[in-house]
Amino acid sequence: MDDFLAARAQMAMSLGFHIIFSCVGMVMPFLMAFAHWKYLKTKNEVYKGLTKAWSKGVAILFATGAVSGTMLSFELGLLWPSFMKHAGPIFGMPFSLEGTAFFIEAIAIGFFLYGWDRFNKWFHWFCGFLVGVSGLASGILVVAANAWMNSPAGFDYVNGQYLNIDPIKAMFNDAWFSQALHMTVAAFCATGFAVAGVHAYLILKKKNVEFHTKAFRIAAGFALIGAFGAPLTGDTAAKSVAERQPIKLAAMEAHFETEKGAAFIIGGIPDEEKGEVKYAIKIPKVLSFLVSNDFNHEVKGLNDFPRDEWPPVAVVHYAFQTMIFFGVVMIIIGTIYLYSLFFKKEWLDRRWLLKTFLIAMPFGYIALEAGWTVTEVGRQPWIIYGIMRTVDAVTPMPGIQYSFYFFTAVFFSLSLVIAFLLTRQIKMVPRLYDPNDPQFNPNAKNKKS
Amino acid sequence: MIYVVIGFLWLSICLYVILGGADFGAGIVELFTKDKNRPKTQTIMYESIAPVWEANHMWLIIAIVILFVGFPEVYTTLSTYLHIPLVLMLIGIIARGTAFTFRHYDAVKDEWQAVYTQIFYFSSLLTPFFLGLIAAATISRSINPNADNFLDLYIFSWLNWFGVAVGLFTASICAYLASIFALRETIDRMELSLMIKKSKQTMIFVVITGILVFFTAYISDIPLVMWVFSKPLGIMATFFATISLGLILRAMHIRKLLPVRALAGFQVIMILVAATYQHNPNIILFSNGQHLSLLEHIAAPKTISALGWALILGSVFILPFLFYLMFSFSKQRRQLKETAKPETPIK
Repeated sequence: MDDFLAARAQMAMSLGFHIIFSCVGMVMPFLMAFAHWKYLKTKNEVYKGLTKAWSKGVAILFATGAVSGTMLSFELGLLWPSFMKHAGPIFGMPFSLEGTAFFIEAIAIGFFLYGWDRFNKWFHWFCGFLVGVSGLASGILVVAANAWMNSPAGFDYVNGQYLNIDPIKAMFNDAWFSQALHMTVAAFCATGFAVAGVHAYLILKKKNVEFHTKAFRIAAGFALIGAFGAPLTGDTAAKSVAERQPIKLAAMEAHFETEKGAAFIIGGIPDEEKGEVKYAIKIPKVLSFLVSNDFNHEVKGLNDFPRDEWPPVAVVHYAFQTMIFFGVVMIIIGTIYLYSLFFKKEWLDRRWLLKTFLIAMPFGYIALEAGWTVTEVGRQPWIIYGIMRTVDAVTPMPGIQYSFYFFTAVFFSLSLVIAFLLTRQIKMVPRLYDPNDPQFNPNAKNKKS
Repeated sequence: MIYVVIGFLWLSICLYVILGGADFGAGIVELFTKDKNRPKTQTIMYESIAPVWEANHMWLIIAIVILFVGFPEVYTTLSTYLHIPLVLMLIGIIARGTAFTFRHYDAVKDEWQAVYTQIFYFSSLLTPFFLGLIAAATISRSINPNADNFLDLYIFSWLNWFGVAVGLFTASICAYLASIFALRETIDRMELSLMIKKSKQTMIFVVITGILVFFTAYISDIPLVMWVFSKPLGIMATFFATISLGLILRAMHIRKLLPVRALAGFQVIMILVAATYQHNPNIILFSNGQHLSLLEHIAAPKTISALGWALILGSVFILPFLFYLMFSFSKQRRQLKETAKPETPIK
């Protein structure tokens, strides 16, 4: 494997995992704080148990998110030193603020986990909520830094020199808002569906039904907000991409020829050599409308750009289609759930509804990863869009493939262990978290009997 | 503003070495404890690191962020030529952080605990060792950007006896800090004398490895003696560090445990000062005689000022909370101590 490819693969893989850890770590605290709020309002011990159970999930994911984040802060330099040498001082601002947000998160988690029955109950609740807020702030800041790579700002590029650097302008680049908004909503959607799926499974297994039903309702509520929010914010993001990176939009849609009233292409197999898409469904004029609210708007095609500036069209197109597909499926599931909430309460306990949520468990994360692929692969061959090519940024050190193999092994084992730990937390629900279970005895030494 | 940024860089490195170091040290001390005393040591060590450990990574991340935002050349030089030890250190950080979390948060306490524990021990030892090795590489003039082969560029830039010695020294300091910090967490006399014994043992290790550092510096032509002793500041720092050693022994003897902690932290800062003041503000010394300076090789002025403000703002938010967190837990532990063993109060 050549070093450049290995470096890209390693970065993609690291971020791919980190995104999952950090999105769960970002949204779970809100689920937890919501359950906690319910407990404080209703005094129902089940909610207290649920809060504690979820807080363990938050702690585990927070810790892994922290280590994978630490790894990334090093990997940026280990793999892309030339990029960091120039970009660090320009786009580093969000990272230095993120340090603060992350620190607050760590402290708030400390207060929350050890603070049961020790602090004023609302202060304790607020600590849990603060974990979510600061996690969210971290996420937004990191996405703002990434947005800068797509939409460089805050400097003048003159003869290969980076002059008049303004890190604040760089942080508030044109892409940060639409990207951060879409990412946040997608994180809620993905985590909501994932958590709802887990609890749906446990209800189907008839384990601690009341406990898991309460958990399922809360998680499904978050999933609902995400499922409907994602297309709305996605629309903003797509319009922003069309304006800033027309070539990325063209690749997303495998749109080769510039035309007015461009069709929205669904599916199909793009052929970069011939410049056409086979077996696709084309909805006339809709792409033009989506990017500009005008059916006859001109959309630039890939052929208008130099060939050596094309991103890998097929990858970007398939990723985009995947995201749209799962997004639509989640909207349908969300609509059914919403309908049953208001009009068909009896559906809520039906097995088919729970099974649907069980199957949909990974959908949010699939869509999230696909969307991230669109953003990052769609930016290629640039590491700083229009300024620095990725190939010029890679480390001169040879043998990166071994580093890639190694980090792959680390991330996979990390994920396996997390899955293992979370399963064990779930297995202990009867004894540790559900007060209505006959086995409930959280203070006993929880050795395996 | 550049001095504010450098100040924060220093602060975060010092705090990482002291707090993070004590954290790593806890694992090292456990690793070298006899099986008989292990469960007890483990409880005491756990008590002393539990509440703030999550925050300790952050000191390192802050130092790294300061480097890549404010001193990009320093950051890229380190990450290019010291790629391999950095990866090895990262492995330690990852393995340790996760193993500790898993040891703590696994809902079922069974044979898996032994696995987490083993990982935790060895990564606790490896991380500070490589941290020391990397620090040594920045000043040992072993980085050679003009070299033309893999070994000279990426291996011998860090692999030398001096680096190994500094690595061992750093690990010893961590173990030393951990046992000193744990003194106040003990709940009875037996535990206390156990930990005092450990503190003395680790202290001996610090001294031995310290001598080893000077010896390897001498055989590798690194003018460490000159750096440390040629100016009054270095002599004073060394003097204070040595005096603290005596004071710590005395304070342990009369069981005054709070000053012991403060003195150990102070000692470590003095060691850092003695080792670095002479070539300050040069942070990386190359084999060709060139160097990277914290005052010259810096980012654009606007970046430095924004970074400085971000750091000031951040510390206004963070520090009060962090101290309140530490305070709450120490108060709670003191109450625990009083209720646990009322008949044998600690002097």
